[in-house]
Amino acid sequence: MCLATPMRVTAIDGQVARVESGGVAIDAGLDLVDDVAVGDYVIVHAGYAIQRLSADEAAETLSILQRLSESWPD
Amino acid sequence: MAGLTADTGGRAKALVAELRAYRGRPVTFMEVCGTHTMAAARSGLRQLLPDRVRLISGPGCPVCVTPVGFVDHALALARTRGITITTFGDLMRVPGSSPIESQDAPPTLALARAEGCDIRVVYSPRDALAMAREAPDRQLVFLGVGFETTAPALAAAVLAVADQQLPNFSMLVAAKTIPGALELLATAEDVAIDGLLCPGHVSVIVGPEAYASVVKRFGLPCAIAGFEPVEMLRAMHELVGQIQRGRPEVANCYPGAVRPGGNPKARQLVAQVFEPRDTRWRGLGVIPASGLALRPAYGHLDAAARFPVDLPAPVEPQGCRCGDVLRGAIDPVDCGLFGTTCTPESPRGACMVSSEGTCAARHQYRTDPS
Repeated sequence: MCLATPMRVTAIDGQVARVESGGVAIDAGLDLVDDVAVGDYVIVHAGYAIQRLSADEAAETLSILQRLSESWPD
Repeated sequence: MAGLTADTGGRAKALVAELRAYRGRPVTFMEVCGTHTMAAARSGLRQLLPDRVRLISGPGCPVCVTPVGFVDHALALARTRGITITTFGDLMRVPGSSPIESQDAPPTLALARAEGCDIRVVYSPRDALAMAREAPDRQLVFLGVGFETTAPALAAAVLAVADQQLPNFSMLVAAKTIPGALELLATAEDVAIDGLLCPGHVSVIVGPEAYASVVKRFGLPCAIAGFEPVEMLRAMHELVGQIQRGRPEVANCYPGAVRPGGNPKARQLVAQVFEPRDTRWRGLGVIPASGLALRPAYGHLDAAARFPVDLPAPVEPQGCRCGDVLRGAIDPVDCGLFGTTCTPESPRGACMVSSEGTCAARHQYRTDPS
């Protein structure tokens, strides 16, 4: 249940960001993080960004996730 | 990508080789995160470990530790005229109390919905807020379960409701915090644990400092782990190293996401909205100060107070050993119901319901030997 996903911020409107990963886009609340900008990566859980990631960190995690989905297609 | 794969595979092989070279006393590590439970079962991680390094699963799935009484409470509210229940999907099939002599399937939110109750699955409390705004004639109750990862989202939703003065939203809170459970497990007489694989996303919020008391009071090595099998191997490698050095500490093996101090803003919002309370964990009993309750300033948003209902004493499923599974005292296959009357299709115990439950993971990946 604590599953959380790194997603890229593509737009910000007040306290809500549009975030995207692997072609899926959702809205995420920014109530729990400071100083998020478009282009940043954030970890998203239950509709809220819970941490800002550096681009390097996000790239590594996303690569892992992508590889997981390739090797386990369920 | 290929480079990363080869590199990751190489790192995993090297870690496994070092773990297999370990010649110290046999050790048992416990993970306390449903996502770790799934990753270990799915990847066959345990098959890579040497006999003297064992990984068991503890109470890491918030749905699985939610007691029968909470489901009964949610069902009673669902059957109350004018109330719409909103919930994370994981809770839908968790059984509530059923009479001991009953042969029928136990009551669940999923069955209640089929019987006509208004129960909606949402991804986020934000979705529940939007529903409340769109349906002013309905009272929306959000089922607030989760660990520290989820509590900030619950707090943010409560603050938004208070701020917008939404009159038709309330929350039935059963959120829990991990450290109290870890301390209880560290002192359990029937389960000897030599190290803890600490949950990655809980740690994003609470930071490595949250485990300092477990190390200090019980001398238990701790390693915060990410969710890739190689990251779990790295954390176990770290735990073995701490045991060999005789110097337990909190190691952060998920530094990309977990920072010193965790997420201070999230923790501040949780502290503003919630206060600690004693709470019951399925299988572990009541653990002091391990639950969250709305502070008096937000008491008007407490669904339990807004809609008082009479609840009979909860009845645990007969023969169900979820409690022993959650403590790591038995393997799921040692429960008499496992795979017979309790299956993912027709679960009796909570550990078989959630895909992150130890029994469900064990059932789905049954070739896993330990």
